[in-house]
Amino acid sequence: MEARNIKLEEIIRDENLVYTKTSLMTDKPLSFCPGCGHGVAHRVIMEVVDEMGIQADTIGVAPVGCSVLAYEFMNIDMQQASHGRAPAVATGIKRCWPDKYVFTYQGDGDLAAIGTAETIHACNRGENMAIFFVNNGIYGMTGGQMAPTTLPGMRSSTTPYGRDVALMGNPLKITELVAMLPGTCFVARHTVHTPLAVRKFKKAVRMAFENQKLNKGLSFIEIVSNCNSGWKMTPVQANKWMEENMLPYFPPGDIKVNGEMVSKTAKSE
Amino acid sequence: MNEEIIIAGFGGQGVLSMGKIMAYAGMMQQMEVSWMPSYGPEMRGGTANVTVILSDERISSPILNHFDTAILLNQQSMDKFESSVKPGGVLLYDSNGITRHPQRKDISIYLVEAATESGKMLTTKTFNMIVLGAFLKIKPLISFENIVKGLKDSLPVRHHHLLPVNEDAVKRGMEIVKQVQ
Amino acid sequence: MGEKKLMKGNEAFAEAAIRAGCDAYFGYPITPQSEVMEYLAAQRPHLRTGMVLLQAESEIAAINMVYGAAGTGKKVMTSSSSPGISLKQEGISYLAGSQLPCLILNVMRGGPGLGTIQPSQSDYFQATKGGGHGDYRMIVLAPASVQEMADFVRLGFELAFKYRNPVIMLSDGIIGQMMEKVELFDQMPRLTEFDQQWATTGKTTDRERNVITSLDLDPARHERHNLKLQEKYRKMSENEVRFESIECNDAEYLFVAYGSSARICQKSVKIARARGIRAGLIRPITLFPFPSEEIDRMAGKLKGILTVELSAGQMIEDVRLAVEGKVKVALHSRMGGMVPSPEEVFDALLKSFSI
Repeated sequence: MEARNIKLEEIIRDENLVYTKTSLMTDKPLSFCPGCGHGVAHRVIMEVVDEMGIQADTIGVAPVGCSVLAYEFMNIDMQQASHGRAPAVATGIKRCWPDKYVFTYQGDGDLAAIGTAETIHACNRGENMAIFFVNNGIYGMTGGQMAPTTLPGMRSSTTPYGRDVALMGNPLKITELVAMLPGTCFVARHTVHTPLAVRKFKKAVRMAFENQKLNKGLSFIEIVSNCNSGWKMTPVQANKWMEENMLPYFPPGDIKVNGEMVSKTAKSE
Repeated sequence: MNEEIIIAGFGGQGVLSMGKIMAYAGMMQQMEVSWMPSYGPEMRGGTANVTVILSDERISSPILNHFDTAILLNQQSMDKFESSVKPGGVLLYDSNGITRHPQRKDISIYLVEAATESGKMLTTKTFNMIVLGAFLKIKPLISFENIVKGLKDSLPVRHHHLLPVNEDAVKRGMEIVKQVQ
Repeated sequence: MGEKKLMKGNEAFAEAAIRAGCDAYFGYPITPQSEVMEYLAAQRPHLRTGMVLLQAESEIAAINMVYGAAGTGKKVMTSSSSPGISLKQEGISYLAGSQLPCLILNVMRGGPGLGTIQPSQSDYFQATKGGGHGDYRMIVLAPASVQEMADFVRLGFELAFKYRNPVIMLSDGIIGQMMEKVELFDQMPRLTEFDQQWATTGKTTDRERNVITSLDLDPARHERHNLKLQEKYRKMSENEVRFESIECNDAEYLFVAYGSSARICQKSVKIARARGIRAGLIRPITLFPFPSEEIDRMAGKLKGILTVELSAGQMIEDVRLAVEGKVKVALHSRMGGMVPSPEEVFDALLKSFSI
């Protein structure tokens, strides 16, 4: 092939444009580990806010954990919450701005351990907001300790010999749990590790925001994701491990839509 | 004028609401007033007491150890507060359930058989208003008219049909109170 | 002025909240302040002014709802009593760190632990010295009457927004539970404009996004943030000292007491004066900032100061710091829900200074 001196101006042209970063993501480079699902989840949520044209009406809540710096990347008004309390903080915001869109973006430790009470009660009150729950089965930010969603036998820095359920209890399927509450209208579990999965997730995010417009109650979307650093794997290994181990325990799919249970497994539970 | 009153008895006798009506009526007469209840588990059927102060000046302490008037409606209260009446002060009591009558010689003592009398009325809940009537007879600090306003304010609207019987009870208390010392 | 009513301190506080144009109250029941939420609920504030009222699942959730709601730039509040206020401390630290205005009422009961539901003043340190983690201060208002339980709601919101900082009203079971005559201020409108410099009103294209956070992982920047907070607290100390002097002009002996203790001491002053002892009372209205200068100014001509507290002696440390040894400072303390009588306090004065 003939070597050619390519100039940037020749490449950056409208006809070559296949992807634009939404202006609702800031220009700050993401600080997440390469291969982590957080970045994708951030982007998809901001894309939906952008597409709906609701930037000026959307307020996000970032808690403690890897999502603590979400406000560095999401170009909307945001409020940082103390560990576990994002649903309470979001409740305070939503009750004061009933016409605005409010969401929390929380990890598993935040939402399903220290913040269980706030999660359950915000869901049960049917706060008209969205909860995005990133479950990677581990405490990423603090260095890979056991999370409420750590799988049986799974190793973490505080379960170096694997999670022994007899001693440490079982992984908490909080998503199935909140689906049982009358206040939730839409409960689903997604992943963001393949393009197809991302497209499905985006539809769900859209529904979560649309539901708020209609005052339908709380929308709760779990995103099962990897933590390659915490799991001590390469990104590719981590995604494979997630598919083989996490997804059988936390199966993706809709659990509750428009206030009706749709998942058979959830029903039987 | 500065009148410091303790009202004490069983929870449910209407001790707190009697105090409240007095305070409300006092306020209607441009007095400074305070109403300080005992609160907490004591309220649930145990003993209850309330300190009411009616005054022409700004009220200092709502917490007191000595009183111009003690209205004592059970034995525990008699035991606890008889000694708290200032020399020359007033002790008003109902003998129902009292096993040890007041002993003090340096105070005025009045008796009102409110429990017995309330049994003769439409409802025994008039008990506290009979006692209040007795107090008003002894110390006419507040007008009957303002007591009625106080009653209206403290009775929920759904009980307003009971206003006349309560007013009668106040009058009855004024009639039957008697000085025993 | 407005309507005169006979009300409990807790009820007056709640009524004043509605009248002050408060936008939201979040709380959790605890004795001796449950009347606050009960009164609000009975008033249906959403119909009266559009005010939000929500019973949270815990004190922790309540203070975090306050934190979220305060972020919107609106007037928000909560109330609780000692153990509940302990639970709220993390949230209060976040409110202070994020510079959010709000009003918090503590109707103190005795501790430590579950303690007692009877009145106490043993949360003085907690309220005036920080309470939660980190270097922060709040203006602490100490109401001593039902009237002040109402008036300080309006004042508290003014100060909270003036400094973008939580304001705490430090009351106790006596002031909360007693009824007095109260003259209520007229209904004020709720806020309609919100500070676009910081409030989460939704990012419009004409401004940068507003982020409410207390986190900064850059030490140099975070130090600058802390210095800014300290500068704010210095300004509060300079401008917001409030106190009441009673019979202080010729006083040889001084009571220093706040809240319900100050009420008791007012009577003790009368008893002392009737016995020919020239006693006076300084009642700090703000506990932070503390009226140190006034107490120090008086110290030279005093024979003794008696602080009277329903605690083991907490405010006495600030009184001693104020007078720097110029005069003997003694303490009369009751705890566990016990309350001294005015005579008892007077006797303590005699005993403390061998009068």
